[in-house]
Amino acid sequence: MAAVDIHAEGHHHAHGHDDHGHHDDHGHHEHVETFLTKYIFSQDHKMIGRQFLITAVFMAVVAMMMSIFFRLQLGWPGEKFAILNTFLGDKWAPEGILDKNMYLALVTMHGTIMVFFVLTGGLSGTFSNLLIPLQIGARDMASGFLNMLSYWLFFLSTVIILASLFLEGGPASGGWTVYPPLSALPQAMPGSGMGMTLWLVGMAIFVASSLLGSLNYIVTVLNLRTKGMKMTRLPLTIWAFLVTAILGVLSFPVLFSGLLLLIMDRGFGTAFYLSDIFIGGEALDATGGSPILYQHLFWFLGHPEVYIVMLPALGITSEIIATNSRKPIFGYRAMIGSILAIGFLSFIVWGHHMFVTGMNPFLGSVFVFTTLLIAIPSAVKAFNYIGTIWKGNVVYTPAMLFSIGLVSSFITGGVTGIILADSTLDINVHDTYFVVAHFHIVMGLSAIFGMFAGVYHWFPRMFGRMMNTKLGYAHFWITIVCAYGVFFPMHFVGLAGAPRRYYDYSEFPMFDGVVDLNTLISIFAIIGGFAQLFFLFNFFYSIFRGQRSPQNPWASNTLEWTAPVEHVHGNWPGALPEVHRWPYDYSKPGKDTDFIPQNVPLEEGEVGDH
Amino acid sequence: MSKLLIVVVLVLAVIAIAQLTRLYELSRIHRGKKEEEISLANNKMNAWLWLIFMFAFYAFFAWLVIEYKDKLLPEAASVHGKQIDVILNWNFLLVTLIFFVTNTTLFVFCFKYFHRPDRKALFYPHNNKLEFIWTIVPTVVLTGVIAWGLSSWNDITDEAGKDAVVIELYSRQFDWTARYPGADKELGKASFNFLSNTNGLGLITEQSYSEKMAEVEKEITDTEAKLANDAMSDVNEEAAEVKLRRLKAQLLRIKSMKGSKEELKWAEDDKIVKAEFHIPVGKEIKFLFRSQDVIHSAYMPHFRAQMNTVPGMSTTFRFTPTITTAEMRNKVKDQSFNYILLCNKICGAAHYNMQMTIVVESEADYNKWLAGQKTFAESLPTATPEPIEAARPAPESADSVRKQINPQDTTTAITATNTSK
Repeated sequence: MAAVDIHAEGHHHAHGHDDHGHHDDHGHHEHVETFLTKYIFSQDHKMIGRQFLITAVFMAVVAMMMSIFFRLQLGWPGEKFAILNTFLGDKWAPEGILDKNMYLALVTMHGTIMVFFVLTGGLSGTFSNLLIPLQIGARDMASGFLNMLSYWLFFLSTVIILASLFLEGGPASGGWTVYPPLSALPQAMPGSGMGMTLWLVGMAIFVASSLLGSLNYIVTVLNLRTKGMKMTRLPLTIWAFLVTAILGVLSFPVLFSGLLLLIMDRGFGTAFYLSDIFIGGEALDATGGSPILYQHLFWFLGHPEVYIVMLPALGITSEIIATNSRKPIFGYRAMIGSILAIGFLSFIVWGHHMFVTGMNPFLGSVFVFTTLLIAIPSAVKAFNYIGTIWKGNVVYTPAMLFSIGLVSSFITGGVTGIILADSTLDINVHDTYFVVAHFHIVMGLSAIFGMFAGVYHWFPRMFGRMMNTKLGYAHFWITIVCAYGVFFPMHFVGLAGAPRRYYDYSEFPMFDGVVDLNTLISIFAIIGGFAQLFFLFNFFYSIFRGQRSPQNPWASNTLEWTAPVEHVHGNWPGALPEVHRWPYDYSKPGKDTDFIPQNVPLEEGEVGDH
Repeated sequence: MSKLLIVVVLVLAVIAIAQLTRLYELSRIHRGKKEEEISLANNKMNAWLWLIFMFAFYAFFAWLVIEYKDKLLPEAASVHGKQIDVILNWNFLLVTLIFFVTNTTLFVFCFKYFHRPDRKALFYPHNNKLEFIWTIVPTVVLTGVIAWGLSSWNDITDEAGKDAVVIELYSRQFDWTARYPGADKELGKASFNFLSNTNGLGLITEQSYSEKMAEVEKEITDTEAKLANDAMSDVNEEAAEVKLRRLKAQLLRIKSMKGSKEELKWAEDDKIVKAEFHIPVGKEIKFLFRSQDVIHSAYMPHFRAQMNTVPGMSTTFRFTPTITTAEMRNKVKDQSFNYILLCNKICGAAHYNMQMTIVVESEADYNKWLAGQKTFAESLPTATPEPIEAARPAPESADSVRKQINPQDTTTAITATNTSK
């Protein structure tokens, strides 16, 4: 088996480190380690993971505040809110009334930041970095330097995106998908000027960061597994991170090309996406391009991106649900199979975003078919989670609550996907609030819940301290109630025919029946926003003042809990742990404890794989 | 003052949480409890909370359905729309069932299997038969969903019949224009190269062709003269040269578009309407979509119809309306009800207010209405049109939109290049 060969080599290499180089190396490092190399330009995966997380938390707060600002306008259209004036100033919120262009800018930047900077950089960046070396038993990532570069490119892109918020014409505002010609023509809207340029530059750098990270994750998982860590003994988190990284490597370059062509159209007089346009009193030269081409390129990333966001959350959940149900994950191999199937199918479904663009209807039907196929592995995953909890012995840590919340919202958001994937039904709900409800329940609830679950669960590993459980409970229960309160009624707003990205729905008598839902949604959004203070406080307080973490607080099987609580460079001070069994030996019959870590040797006659 | 208040509230909130945390931690240390040890009481509490949450969630769902089911879109007013609604309702039944069954199973398990020290979880890593079943069942169900949806999709996207009423819908920031073929039953050819103050859809006729040619040629001569005679800064000179190049390119494009004599006549009797357009009940309508500037989307929710309008590309959608406006007003018991065309693709600041009223009426009424509309030729001013400079609108930036007192103006503006703003 190829996996065995790879592991043998990897092990050999690791041992080399171990027995000769590493200890000296370690000692050597302590002498030269300065503040700069330890906290800023660190090449240690654990520190880089923390850097990603804290950057993402900051970006999430920015993006969430943006959503509260536009929810104020949607909930109470035309009302004056002093807070809007405070944050946005007289230009964008004169007398506290949100400007129409700023509304679109907020919607756009909220989406961009949440999807890319929180749920891609934040989720995958944090947990792939933290967990891949620790769970496979490696000293660090394959390339610590590329890993550091990945974070700093990410940081640079966040700075550029944040800087664009302060431009005179405002940030990009053509929606997070930035379809040309709207995004290509500065005449079309103020946000398509300098704001759009910075958006493109920021995203290009982001893609570079993501690629460096992903390549590193793939190489590390394939080559640096410790002795005994077969591919079929990997925790599901690692499988999810691996497939996520492969998706990123294959799809982000396509987005990059798409954006590059857009940059060319904007600045260098090409016409990849432009044709037959008359704007600002002028017939433009551009002919022969097609805006639809951009959409194909964008969604070729855009749809795998959904799974780049979801898979790590699902991987994290698999781990947490098994640990806290004190029970093996149900159908381990089926879970791996469904991760692979989702990964593969995610590349051939992008056209379902384009049913009503004028794309050939036959092509549309092909995408209907592939899209509905992806529901099968997704359903298998949901059933397997429920199967894991069945007859379990469920410990309600905050991480477990969020993981269960993920399963619930993955189902709730997933089933409406069946409707949206059906081109016939999509005609009337396309680009309405029904879509907004669908993808927010999947990404805004499921993926974010996965991220919260990961933070609560691995906080002890990240910071050596525990988060406060009671605050975690309060955070979870208020959040799930508010999150469903925000996004569930949106289905109904959408079924009333309300398009998304509208500044004001009270202009139309046809939406009179559902405008009060908009107020209700905004109230839930505001309460839900405040509930995040529980998390923020708990997070930062616990970093410094939380209870010290024991070695293995959740009685978990995976290797990261065998490493010392205090971080050491190289993860394990002595030899690397050896793996003897799969990661889900919970409540195994005939054992004293209800967990058996992966590095515990098999007893005679015991089976180590399932 | 309000800023101060916000800050004070935030600070107080943080202090309150901090104090509560401190209190909690002191008592925790006092009782010798650790964060990682979840007490039986806490497990029990969360188990109950799942159950309570489940009922609250379902009650919320039920309330939304009861309260809002009559406030959603009324019954479909088109032939294929009725078909869509039937499929949609069955799909909803299916997904609601899945939603309730799986969520209930999940929440009930969460309630039932909370951690008790005397229990041990069942070691049950897999069950191939069970996994096989829950792979096959969704596959079979989804196959049915796909087959039904696609057969209907093929019907809906099929070519329109020969005697369908053809209407062109033309979009731009931020209004719609509808165009009907005149007596010759042919929509005149059009191109963005021919857009002008008096020709808001860029129709190509003998007159618009020669006018546009003359106009562009004159501009070319003027620019050339300017380049030859005036002393200009380098920047201005380059700008003039760029302009010259563009004008010449446009001239070439215009020349290539001159059709036959007959084709040039097609547009003259076309009828162009704004703000409101009419369609006959029971007749198939074939829409052709064009866009002037950015992507818009023609969304007619009552007819379950939607298609993007894409610059540089012609898109199409067809449907047969089944309920007149008057009938629908009675059905929804609202005499002010109107069918409406919305923009459903983000297109700029006034995206949210880019609408047009659709009137569905009997064929006789429709014919009468159409006969009353002016043809393109009739709508042209008899005097020579103003030079293009004067007609050039202010850039349709959001600034100009924001200054409008009533955004409705955008839809009632009659001149095609928004000079009314």
